[in-house]
Amino acid sequence: MSIWSNLGLVYALLGAAVAVFLAGAGSAIGVGIAGQAAAGVVTEDPSKFAKVLIMQLLPGTQGIYGLLVGFITLSKVGLLGGGAAELDPQTGLLILAACMPIGIVGLISGKYQGMTSAASIGIVAKKPDQFGKAMLFPAMVETYAILALLISILAVNAVQI
Amino acid sequence: MAVLQMQRISICGLKKDRKAILEKIQTLGVMEMSQIAEDEEGFEKMDTVNARQTFEKRAQAADQALAVLDAYVPVKKSLLSSLEGKKLVSSGEIARAADEKQEIIRKANLLITKSKEIAEAKANIQKTENQIEALTPWLTLDVPMNYEGTKKTALFIGTVAAEVTPQMLYDRLAQAEPVPDGTDIQVVYSDKDMLCLTVLCLRKDAETVEEALRSCGFARPSQVITNTPARQKALYEAEIEKLNKGIKEAEDEIRGYADSRKDLELVSDYFRTRAEKYEVLGTLPQSQRTFVMSGYVPRRYVRALSKAIEEKYDCVFDIEDIKEDEEPPTLLSNNSFSSSVEGVLESYGLPHKGEFDPTTIMSFFYVFFFGMMLSDAAYGAIIAIACYVVLKKFPRMGEGMHKSLKMFMFCGVSTMVWGILFGGYFGNVVDIVSEVFFGKAVTVPALWFIPLNDPMRLLVYSLAFGVVHLFVGLGIKGYMELKDGKVLDFFCDVVLWFAFLIGLILMLLPTDIFASIAQTQIVFPPVLNTIAKALAIIGAVGLVLMSGRENKNPVLRIALGAYDIYNITGWLSDVLSYSRLLALGLATGVIASVVNQMGSMFGKGIVGVIGFALVFVVGHTLNLAINLLGAYVHTNRLQFVEFFGKFYEGGGKPFEPFKSDTKYVDIKEEN
Repeated sequence: MSIWSNLGLVYALLGAAVAVFLAGAGSAIGVGIAGQAAAGVVTEDPSKFAKVLIMQLLPGTQGIYGLLVGFITLSKVGLLGGGAAELDPQTGLLILAACMPIGIVGLISGKYQGMTSAASIGIVAKKPDQFGKAMLFPAMVETYAILALLISILAVNAVQI
Repeated sequence: MAVLQMQRISICGLKKDRKAILEKIQTLGVMEMSQIAEDEEGFEKMDTVNARQTFEKRAQAADQALAVLDAYVPVKKSLLSSLEGKKLVSSGEIARAADEKQEIIRKANLLITKSKEIAEAKANIQKTENQIEALTPWLTLDVPMNYEGTKKTALFIGTVAAEVTPQMLYDRLAQAEPVPDGTDIQVVYSDKDMLCLTVLCLRKDAETVEEALRSCGFARPSQVITNTPARQKALYEAEIEKLNKGIKEAEDEIRGYADSRKDLELVSDYFRTRAEKYEVLGTLPQSQRTFVMSGYVPRRYVRALSKAIEEKYDCVFDIEDIKEDEEPPTLLSNNSFSSSVEGVLESYGLPHKGEFDPTTIMSFFYVFFFGMMLSDAAYGAIIAIACYVVLKKFPRMGEGMHKSLKMFMFCGVSTMVWGILFGGYFGNVVDIVSEVFFGKAVTVPALWFIPLNDPMRLLVYSLAFGVVHLFVGLGIKGYMELKDGKVLDFFCDVVLWFAFLIGLILMLLPTDIFASIAQTQIVFPPVLNTIAKALAIIGAVGLVLMSGRENKNPVLRIALGAYDIYNITGWLSDVLSYSRLLALGLATGVIASVVNQMGSMFGKGIVGVIGFALVFVVGHTLNLAINLLGAYVHTNRLQFVEFFGKFYEGGGKPFEPFKSDTKYVDIKEEN
């Protein structure tokens, strides 16, 4: 048997890695961008700490979604409970493909949600009473991460092992 | 349940009563001032700016004094003390403080002076310490710093840069004309920046030597000190000692006023209230003997106000309904459950004049969706119990805070219910603990089903809840249009859309696509299929014909109608947006499972239990925090964007009555 026919599990694991690492990177970028803006606000007015912290955390969800898909993938192929399943390369690639949406969308939306959060932190700095509205703008960006998460979950679940 | 109806109240009274009436209105706190008759001839406004500023200054003095007390006599505060709210005091107490206001303000000024003295003393200490610092290199010198030599000799005391060595100076002196023989250079101190020197020479050579030294960058010390450095240092230290003693005395004196904290708070609020009263007084149009006051009062308080004012003073008390072109402030009134989400509505915008208050309907969906997104029985119980305890423990917290906590309490209960339905208790902690520590896996069965095992089913339910939510929104729009008597609008904008959408949904249900998602084939009787098609077609044709009805041009009208049909994509994305109910619910459960799994990796035994407990506490705290935030943000989003998008505008201005806007205490009304 050639090595190519044994790569099923590797592809599946690569899928989990893609989900966790791309989406996590997106969140890290986003939270980083928002954090810089938040720190600026707190130097001027420390009492706004709680509000800007919430704003900073908003782009953090993509990383969690990535983790979620990664975890589902690992438990699907049996890497968590011991005995890993025998996967043929085709199934492995299917799982890899299923992990793609949350990875890529997570990376991009994480960054842009971070930028939107930073702008919304500007709203909170000048008009703290508009917190509810300010929170909405980053949440709009997140919608697409949620949609990607949904497709990833459904796809991973649908792959037959 | 609704927006409270406002009425305009105008009071015309005698000038001598104006302060008494104003005070009464201030204590009742039910009237938002909005003056009329401002430009009428014969009416003038009183200039109260000076009086107001005096009061504000005194309130500020009391505030500053309180800040001084807080700095030197801190009061122990728990983490949750910000929830305590303002203290309740009787009006007798504030009257007593008002009687003693001169004395209390004197104390406040004294505290501020003392604190300034301390600050000054500290600055002086700093300055003196710097001087000691500057003196340190010279400490070994045993002549006064300004000593210039004896009758026959001259002494130069000063510094040169560190690069200049004594040898270089000697060389330079040797080149001078005439050569100053017998000149002696002593190094007092040297470091990497400078060299401290004394140069002794014959007095007749003094000028030559000084010239030579200066060319090498020699500078005398900037301070002129008539003592020896050691003696001067001792003097400085004595001065610091004295200043420190003064600081200590001032601090002790400040501490002696710790009991005055309450008086200061009362007086600060007393002056703040008076400043507000004078601010309003300055806006009242007054003639020589009379004044006019006007503003908005919720209808339910009008009687109480009229009883308090009309029957006690000689005045005209006029009640009018709101005119067409007036935009009165908005005040909501809801039952105890629904009012808890008023804060959420406020952050979007209060209903404008004549608009429906969606709070009640929103409150049910809010709690329902929030619970579904968090969906863990244990998390829900923690939130509900924590909020309940805080609410009971701090009954006097601010109103907004109280509402939010109550909302989270209800949301916690809902989370608990959903958790039980989905079988989530700290994720799968029961399974893991029983398997790792007791060797036998025990699963708490879900009352309904476990979402992770059957995500498609929950997806279908999520979207169905979304359709219900959106249809309710469209229904409210219809209700509002009917109430305004716009029957045609109601038919075109609401009924046709309902027909179109319901028809489409009924057509979708029996298809294979839906069957593959829901995993059950739905078969309708043929009659229903025909009805579905008929509804969709009627709706679509109706929309094409009617949506552009404001346009006379038939071609444009049809084009606009067709464009309105395109809004179906908006509906589709709105419905899909509810898939977040599934996604966020899964996220909570899966991360909780990850935490449990990580905890279980320590294995059995004491180490295992301790490791598990640590991971459990930290992991679940983080998971709860981040998912609580997620559930809150996304529940808000579903309400604001999807639900309100269907019918709600907002933009009303909040009711801000003229009342005693105190900072430290609430005054209890005595009847």
